[in-house]
Amino acid sequence: MAKIRNAQDLAKKIGECEGCLKAKFEGKDGKRAIVICGGTGCLSNKSQDIHDAIVNKLKEKGLENKVTVNFVGCFGFCSQGPFVKIFPENTLYRMVKLSDVDKIIENDIVNHQVCEDLVYVDPNTQTKYPKQEDIPFYAKQKRVALHGSSMIDPENVEEALGYDSFKGLAKALTMKPQEVIDEILKSGLRGRGGAGFPTGRKWQFAHDQDNKMKYVVCNGDEGDPGAFMDRSMLEANPFNVIEGMIIAGYAIGAKEGYFYVRAEYPIAVMRLKKAIETLNKIGLLGRHILGTDFSFQAHIRLGAGAFVCGEETALLNSIEGKRGMPRPRPPFPAIKGLWQKPTIINNVETLANVPYILRVGAAEYAKVGTEKSKGTKVFALGGKVNNVGLVEVPMGLTLKELVYDIGGGVPNGKKFKAIQTGGPSGGCLTVKNLDTPIDYDNLIAQGSMMGSGGAIVMDEDNCMVNIAKFYMEFIADESCGKCTPCRVGTKRILEILTKITKGQGTMQDLDYLQELSFATKNGALCGLGQTAANPVLSTMKNFRDEYEAHVRDHKCPAHECKDLMEYVIDPNKCKKCSMCARGCPVGAITGVVGKEAFKIDPKKCIKCGACMSTCKFGAISKR
Amino acid sequence: MAIQNIAKERIIEICNLYKNEPTPLMMILSDIQKEFGYIPLEVQEIVSEQIGLPVAEIYGVVTFYSFFSLKPKGKYVIGVCLGTACYVKGSQAIIDKVLEVLKLKKAGDSTEDGLFTVDALRCIGACALAPTMKINDRVFPKLKVSDIPGIIKDYQEGKVEA
Repeated sequence: MAKIRNAQDLAKKIGECEGCLKAKFEGKDGKRAIVICGGTGCLSNKSQDIHDAIVNKLKEKGLENKVTVNFVGCFGFCSQGPFVKIFPENTLYRMVKLSDVDKIIENDIVNHQVCEDLVYVDPNTQTKYPKQEDIPFYAKQKRVALHGSSMIDPENVEEALGYDSFKGLAKALTMKPQEVIDEILKSGLRGRGGAGFPTGRKWQFAHDQDNKMKYVVCNGDEGDPGAFMDRSMLEANPFNVIEGMIIAGYAIGAKEGYFYVRAEYPIAVMRLKKAIETLNKIGLLGRHILGTDFSFQAHIRLGAGAFVCGEETALLNSIEGKRGMPRPRPPFPAIKGLWQKPTIINNVETLANVPYILRVGAAEYAKVGTEKSKGTKVFALGGKVNNVGLVEVPMGLTLKELVYDIGGGVPNGKKFKAIQTGGPSGGCLTVKNLDTPIDYDNLIAQGSMMGSGGAIVMDEDNCMVNIAKFYMEFIADESCGKCTPCRVGTKRILEILTKITKGQGTMQDLDYLQELSFATKNGALCGLGQTAANPVLSTMKNFRDEYEAHVRDHKCPAHECKDLMEYVIDPNKCKKCSMCARGCPVGAITGVVGKEAFKIDPKKCIKCGACMSTCKFGAISKR
Repeated sequence: MAIQNIAKERIIEICNLYKNEPTPLMMILSDIQKEFGYIPLEVQEIVSEQIGLPVAEIYGVVTFYSFFSLKPKGKYVIGVCLGTACYVKGSQAIIDKVLEVLKLKKAGDSTEDGLFTVDALRCIGACALAPTMKINDRVFPKLKVSDIPGIIKDYQEGKVEA
């Protein structure tokens, strides 16, 4: 591809690419196109093998010049993956297996017949949905930050250009930097990393610093366990995020940008790297972008497995090659950041919103959302919910719509118990919070927070004390150790929680727990410590009865805490097959095949659960 | 432990790759970890000579990040995902079983034969496949406790390509 030297070049190229992409989607190029999900979730589920098999099968049939095949980013509907989509008919196949490839090629590609058994079926209504846009999972979603995801080839800049990329940058470069900041301010965009600080104001601070060297840093250190929004955006459309970074650089007067990405995300890093190389080649990164005086370069830095590096000042230390420990603020990074220069640190999703705002205008952007939270938010919906995946919803949607209309409710007829948002910094919301419209301020008012966008649904089998302990284990492990309230506080909280889950807690422990939580919250240096106790506080507030059941009755109501539960075999359901006894690692199960129902010796049982997962007759339960 | 010359040369080469970077330590350590699997003190000394940072500081960085390891890891690294989505679907029982089968005490330990290391991972992002674990780069979806002994046995008996 030739270099893009100025705005006219870009407009021309965009026009060409739009034509090509449209022709591809509509089949006007005389070809059909097969796209396959290349997100981490589907790749873990053999979509690479499916891709290769499709390519081989097409060759075998002599169709390689009639059908194009490429990967695209995440479809979002991960629990139905891997996905294969066919243009121009727009047919979506889900849960595709390697053995389905022949069928897809023979029936659909050769004979133009839809493979009915691979089409999504709504489990409630049994309606078949051959087209993605009709599936109820997508009905309430709006894609802004995920623009291009599941549509374009993330390694092909021409597809990105044909799908709106760099129109925002072209617009920005016709404006003064201050005008760009004003536009972002007007849009009401708030930081998507968790705290929700107005992005425009952050930019303004850095813009107002008189310094030749300034930096833009993109925080892609997505450490919340169970959250993968940033990764998906970088994997699905890295060009969009880079464009956001370039615009930010132009607005504050920075020439250099750094992506800080988790090392656990090899595919995202690879695609980001390729995108940066390509943009350098065609002149959209580098010196004199679009013939202006503005030059910008983007670099990648990898994390090395430290959750605290998601905290912005710790992240800066990590880029500087130090231990990832937070710095005291002030001075804020916008004044003294990376290498002591003015720096803005924006989350991946925040930057992914920026090109759209410039493209459509702040007023249009701000039409979506609530009064104080504009636009959309991406959530990684997971846990005990039917439709696990990545969803982008307008702010103001209720939690109920998220869990039931999009998530499809709780599987196996179980009861919804809680939804955890905000990861280790957030809290658990319950049935009574379900009608809350999702926005920054509402979630905080209900005792949780938006966080980066993890949303984990829990059902009646999840013990809330145990969940609090799970998060505290995580935080105690990840605490960097710099300040005492966090280093010691989280450990002591964890000890008390462990005691309670073992049935050794006292009522006074519950008071201690509360006191320690507040001390940690108020005393810690950085965001990690200040929010560390949130999972404890919110579960204590909403599920106090469960804590008391552990302490007073030595019972775990959800039967999850090992020391407070036991496995039992129902003699009426037991088919005397001995499967459980053969699978028991400690020989705790006895009985006589075909004659005598089997029994578990609670003294020998180590509560590993192997028997329950082996039994085909559902005869084993927890008590 | 003496470092072979060829390894030393490679380490110096890695250090030189980042000569023009303002603060290259993390990048150098990432590359060494990736290539050699661990970063013992002797290697840190070479890095120290090359880039002029005290060994104490390098040691501080190596021990801070969980990706860097002072000891070599097993041939197969079993990473059980303990992200929230996997956890609420029972991944604790999975890792307990893995440790039990391999007779290991805790995550991070390696078997004596050098074949396995067990790690607790924080979300590999395959939440729709929960609970999951990875053995090297292969992901095992929707695990049940009863699957574990068979999977490990396949690796022990060399039925799986490394």
